[in-house]
Amino acid sequence: MTVSEQRSTGEGLVVPESGKLVLPEYAKPRPGNHPPLDYSGYKSTALRHPTQPLVLLPHRLTEVTGPLLGDTLITMQDADLTTQHAGEPQGQRIIVFGQVRDSGGRPVPDTLIEIWQTNAAGRYRHAREHHPAPLDPNFDGIGRAITDAGGRYRFITIQPGSYPWGNHYNAWRPAHIHFSLFGRAFTQRLVTQMYFPGDPLLAYDPIYQSVPDDKARVRMVAEFSMEDTQPEWALAYKFDIVLRGREASVFEEAHA
Amino acid sequence: MSESLTPSQTVGPYFAMRLPWPDGPFVVPEGTPGAITIIGRLYDGAGNVIPDGLIETWQADPDGRFAHPDDPRGPVPGGYDAFRAFGRSATGLDGSFKIVTLKPGPLPFGDGQVEAPHIDVSVLARGMLDRSVTRIYFPDEAELNEADPVLRAVPAERRATLIAVPGGEGLLRFDVRMQGEQETVFFDL
Repeated sequence: MTVSEQRSTGEGLVVPESGKLVLPEYAKPRPGNHPPLDYSGYKSTALRHPTQPLVLLPHRLTEVTGPLLGDTLITMQDADLTTQHAGEPQGQRIIVFGQVRDSGGRPVPDTLIEIWQTNAAGRYRHAREHHPAPLDPNFDGIGRAITDAGGRYRFITIQPGSYPWGNHYNAWRPAHIHFSLFGRAFTQRLVTQMYFPGDPLLAYDPIYQSVPDDKARVRMVAEFSMEDTQPEWALAYKFDIVLRGREASVFEEAHA
Repeated sequence: MSESLTPSQTVGPYFAMRLPWPDGPFVVPEGTPGAITIIGRLYDGAGNVIPDGLIETWQADPDGRFAHPDDPRGPVPGGYDAFRAFGRSATGLDGSFKIVTLKPGPLPFGDGQVEAPHIDVSVLARGMLDRSVTRIYFPDEAELNEADPVLRAVPAERRATLIAVPGGEGLLRFDVRMQGEQETVFFDL
């Protein structure tokens, strides 16, 4: 059996002669791409970040694999947040769509995306939420989807609202949708937030501003798409998500 | 050629609307023969419990294998069909979490070397702008732990924070402390 035949299902392989295990490796994020864990602008980080130096964890079997959670978890309704109740929710109907890919440009197929958000009035459906804005009986603000073979996903929801929080005087979160992704490996796990273009609160939001690198930070702002906006029905926002990509291994270079 | 990554952001306080699943803590169904329960609490730097946190676990099966294309060996056929490898538990008001699973096997790497049985853990919470990653090792694996390349890279006086504590038949305890004298070892992934 040739090496290329053994690679048909993934990039990990056992070298036949020696039994040696060769695994993919994931590139480190560039400095400034992710927020620091200790960020004075966001007060709650103070007691919730490690203070000791992190220990390097090489990418081995546990790190290069990850949950591939299939269709059994989701139903058709999950990607449409506007049809989960008898009536339609209040607010501006929007389509949120995009592609999940890795930093090498490869689509990430069959990966679970979980989202949660406020309703149009800026209120979460959560027992510990006390913002005096109305709940919407027709909106839960939760959704799930799995990317297709091209890494694409699509949600139908309503435009979330802004809401106040206690971080500092007159603190308001910009409208956002929370996104949770698994990718294909433990190393690729990502929880992020999608923001809306032109939101004046972005300039004042310490959570958004915690990302040091400008290019990385604007990745969290969706792009309005007139092309995908549906006449007489819904505005469309495109939100592509980029997860950590694989580094070309010595092995790949040697046999390219 | 490589693009900027989408940055991490906090799960905030309201992830509990979506992320916990009713059966999330069950990597295997309750009552599975040989199942172990790992319980623990998540603490902040003031020693207070973190009641709005999320613990996620990822691990090999008892043969040290993964049902994943990048484990070229794959699972032993028919071995552990109900085993999901992934666990997820939101912390309660008392900061507690619980995972019901099977103990993973030792894992091969490189040229015939071995990692001690372990579980990779992601810690997420309000007030965390990115996850923190740690590992759970097992107290009954002294010999493999001693030789484990990851544990060996950890300063000796801090290794104990990564090893679960026996809590009785089928029960292990693993507390996570973000800061303080007993700060858990976290990894740069």
